[in-house]
Amino acid sequence: MEVLGHFNYWVVVVLMMIGFYALIARGNLIKKIVGLNIFQASVFLLFITLGKVTGGSAPIIAEGITVYSNPLPHVLILTAIVVGVATTALGLALVVRIHESYSTIEENEIADMDREP
Amino acid sequence: MIAQFPALQVVIPLLGAPLCIILRRGALPWLIALLVSWAALAMAATLLSQVADGEIISYALGGWLAPLGIEYRIDTLNAFMLLLVAGTSSAVLPFAYKSVAKEIPQDRHYLFYSGFLLMLTGLLGMAITGDAFNVFVFIEISSLSSYAMIAMGRDRRALSAAFTYLVMGTVGATFFLIGVGLIYAVTGTLNMADLAERLPPLYQSRTVLAAFAFISVGILLKLALFPLHLWLPNAYTYAPSVVTAFLAATATKVAIYLLLRFGYTVFGAEFVFNIVPASEVLLTLALAGVIIASFVAIFQSDVKRLLAYSSVAQIGYIILGISYANVTGLTASIVHIFNHAVTKGALFLVMGCVAYAAGACRLESFAGLGKRMPLTMAAFVIAGLSLIGVPLTAGFISKWYLVLGAMEKGWWPVAAVILATSLLAAVYVWRVVEIAYFRDAPADAPPLSDPPLALLVPTWVLTGACVYFGIETSLSLGFAEQAAIQLMGGG
Repeated sequence: MEVLGHFNYWVVVVLMMIGFYALIARGNLIKKIVGLNIFQASVFLLFITLGKVTGGSAPIIAEGITVYSNPLPHVLILTAIVVGVATTALGLALVVRIHESYSTIEENEIADMDREP
Repeated sequence: MIAQFPALQVVIPLLGAPLCIILRRGALPWLIALLVSWAALAMAATLLSQVADGEIISYALGGWLAPLGIEYRIDTLNAFMLLLVAGTSSAVLPFAYKSVAKEIPQDRHYLFYSGFLLMLTGLLGMAITGDAFNVFVFIEISSLSSYAMIAMGRDRRALSAAFTYLVMGTVGATFFLIGVGLIYAVTGTLNMADLAERLPPLYQSRTVLAAFAFISVGILLKLALFPLHLWLPNAYTYAPSVVTAFLAATATKVAIYLLLRFGYTVFGAEFVFNIVPASEVLLTLALAGVIIASFVAIFQSDVKRLLAYSSVAQIGYIILGISYANVTGLTASIVHIFNHAVTKGALFLVMGCVAYAAGACRLESFAGLGKRMPLTMAAFVIAGLSLIGVPLTAGFISKWYLVLGAMEKGWWPVAAVILATSLLAAVYVWRVVEIAYFRDAPADAPPLSDPPLALLVPTWVLTGACVYFGIETSLSLGFAEQAAIQLMGGG
């Protein structure tokens, strides 16, 4: 029960590790950004899970409902999602410019080209 | 009006950024950035004078009271950091006019100044806010704009440097976010003052330990403590001169401020030093960073990169002071944040002058510069002495306190390491000075002279500050001491 009850947290940890692994192990810059996105998404999920109150309804005031989920983490994560989108956009824009000037988006090839000035 | 200064401190630079994009003609964006930055400096100075007697200003943003609303909470340390950030940008921006004109294509100038103001907004916001999540937002504002600014460098390597910084910076900020989520989960609040009250009963909780680990690793990534510094050398080397000077003087320093704020105010010294072995960990990493980065700096062939590695070493000194866990060490750290910002700012502006005149900062292009650019190289020598820590310069004051703090703890080997690594600093500064003064320029070298006054004056203002704060220490040391006592007192 304990394990199932923490289902969301298990998903968070698994996603976090997948994202982090992709970020570190992949040499392709686009794949790095995908990894970064998965990593960030896991944190969004963590926050949203924190806001869940057992038996709580969506945080909209309505008659007959007394228990609401905590809306604050939702609001925080809206901000964090915007930040994540901005990071992705900037990262992709950098990859485009890297591709224009290096003609590759593989990390090791870029490192090789940087070494010989 | 003055009551609204805490909000205006952040809002004015934030509004200045889009204004630069709307009024993009000619020198207007630069003028806007300059005026905004000077206004921010005036406000920071006013705030500092208000909290100078130990008072704490609490400002409820938008009238929403803490802990629900976002609180801006200003004590001596906050105000000191605000002054440092706004002061550096005010000194660097007059330099930017000519330097940016030379290094960045005309059609991107307005974007540059707009990005610069966003960076300023983010750093000021990080230094002023009293809300843990708000810190994350400001970290990302300053980081995103600094990635874009670094990518504006002329060399294509600026792009890969910016990308590396983007990846590592985002991981750092996300770690920070995870930590904030975890402490929110156990305490149900994000307000720092509130957290400080609710955390002590939970010190043994594993969630709090995990949160502390995530937050501190996240911040250490941002402040580039060895071995998390890998993004820094390339980013500093290939960014435009103005950006390097500003980032080196402020970005890592504000991250150190965050470490202090979370370590002392939010989690509390009791937790950080007695329950978590933070002192031992920081001491080890700081010493390793100081020694290794100083050695690496000696072998660099690009002077900007040499100074970047020296920055990693200097960050090690600052963290070293924190690891002492006593008031003297903390004072040394805070005063070194200030002194190193002034010194590195001056040195990177000298690099900007050299890049302006000679086009590159490679070591061999410094040959004969002592004769051909006497004023520029004189500034390098003085700021270099401050970097080494020679008496009568700012660097001496902080090293003196670092050694005092080490002796107070009875850590003689640490004091010896500080002195020995200062010699390493002397070696890498000397390498540049030797080439500049004692090696003649190659016969086919193009004629060079000192850059125009628009570049020399800001460089010399910061260089003068290196000497000024080495003699008259009531501003830097006085406030640093007061801030250290406030932090240690749990305030």
